Amino acid sequence: MAVMVRLLFLGLVAAFLAAPLVIVTGVSFNGTARMSFPPVHPGVLWYSTFVTDPGWMSAFVLSLGVAAAAAVVAVSLAFPIAYVRWRYPSRMARWLETLAQLAFVLPLIVLAIGFMVFWSTLGHVGRVENTIFSHAAVFVSLPLATITMGFRSVDPALVEAARTLGARDEDVLHTVLRPIVLPYVVSGAVFVFILSLNEYIIANFVAGFEVQTLPIKVFNSLRMGFQPTMCVGAVLFMVVDILAFTVVAVRGDLPKLLGGRAR
Amino acid sequence: MLRVAAWLTWPAVVLCATVLVPFLLLLRISFAAPDPSGLWIPVVTLDAYRGLLNREFAGALLYSLAMALLVAAVTVSIGFPFTYLMTRLNRRAQVVWLVFLLMSLSLSDVLNAFSWQVMLSKRGGFVSLLAALGIVARPESLTPGDGAVWASLVYGVLPFAVVTLYPALSRLPPEIVEAARTLGASPGRAFRNVVIPMCRGPLVAAFVISAVLVLGAYVSPLVLGRPQSWTLAVLIGNAALAGHDVPRAAAMSVCMLVAVSLLGGVSAWATRRR
Repeated sequence: MAVMVRLLFLGLVAAFLAAPLVIVTGVSFNGTARMSFPPVHPGVLWYSTFVTDPGWMSAFVLSLGVAAAAAVVAVSLAFPIAYVRWRYPSRMARWLETLAQLAFVLPLIVLAIGFMVFWSTLGHVGRVENTIFSHAAVFVSLPLATITMGFRSVDPALVEAARTLGARDEDVLHTVLRPIVLPYVVSGAVFVFILSLNEYIIANFVAGFEVQTLPIKVFNSLRMGFQPTMCVGAVLFMVVDILAFTVVAVRGDLPKLLGGRAR
Repeated sequence: MLRVAAWLTWPAVVLCATVLVPFLLLLRISFAAPDPSGLWIPVVTLDAYRGLLNREFAGALLYSLAMALLVAAVTVSIGFPFTYLMTRLNRRAQVVWLVFLLMSLSLSDVLNAFSWQVMLSKRGGFVSLLAALGIVARPESLTPGDGAVWASLVYGVLPFAVVTLYPALSRLPPEIVEAARTLGASPGRAFRNVVIPMCRGPLVAAFVISAVLVLGAYVSPLVLGRPQSWTLAVLIGNAALAGHDVPRAAAMSVCMLVAVSLLGGVSAWATRRR
């Protein structure tokens, strides 16, 4: 009885989480321009529309590029902070870590307005760098957390042994630390990539008119009227998301990365 | 020392420029005058704040806060038992759940709002289901409406609440619950009297994180809500984009930050007591 209740509860949560995804996927296979679920005359009509429409395809490709660049920038900010935190007693590094965490907990709309006035005051309006650096700054605390976890998992005896054998700091970093920390760097980068890919508010406020990422494009078509093409964009995003997280789960220890018990 | 400086120059410059400076700029602009042809006129005035001293803004602020607390309460009361049950599953099942949760966590606000709009529209399946079950007489669209906004917000923040609760519940030793059971407690009672008190801190954290996320939510209320139930975040966005009144948007942002800090402060106080 108790087991049944538990399974029922888990099943209901699963249904709640899956319902919108299932419906959007269903609508994307409509054979007509109506937003019906279950789909009417199922087919891949809107998929071919999406692929042949330069507007949709360029928004999709742009989103992937912005997200990849934001992930690289975020890691380039997070890695030095995490390394210095691990290697030296630095107040500066701790302060930067707090700043990064602060950016993550502020409401997105406030950050969006802050970034908007910042880039306009600089006179640097509507550039793709605005979106990239804003996303990197907001999401930097994720790679910072995973990379810090990576450095913590290093056995001090390994570093000690390398030092005794005459390794300098650079040698330790490249030969001992790099292979241990690399998976944590990659999973931190994946988190930034996915969140940047899906982020709308900041992207829209810093350069939404010129740098039209896929969420912005979906939002704009949402305001102008429905077309199942936007569902195709949504489905593509879901596929990218699930692939990326599966890679993290297969290559690393996902429960541990999220702070749970290690394997 | 030189090494530390060499490592930290790049992150320090970028983070100060992209986090600290915009924040200070926002604070400054909230005391400036609007410039219809640009952003702001560099004078010092309280006009933007004075413009908020009216019934409409107070109403929107209270409505946003009440909605944030309500949605956070619903989210945590689903999320906590769910996370507990999920961490009792075997590791492989947990990984599948986590991938699924991370996917819905990262789902764009836009896609979230849009999915709910499709789902709750006349032909979106859910309404026909309700009609077929006889719960509603005739299939009619449920958007725009407050119910749609709340459903979409709970959907948006639930994964964040679960991810916040996961570490504590995942590390909770199963022996403790077994001990309570051996001593005669029912599973429900063991959960209420043992698990919940042990996770007080993470529970409050999950509640606050959910409330802050809802407070900052912009897309769902805008797309799924009626204009009279637009939240503070929507008003901020509208003032900045449509109204070209950046100081007003900045002043409202400062009010929102005050509300967020109050929430954080109250929760810190609540976890320290007892």
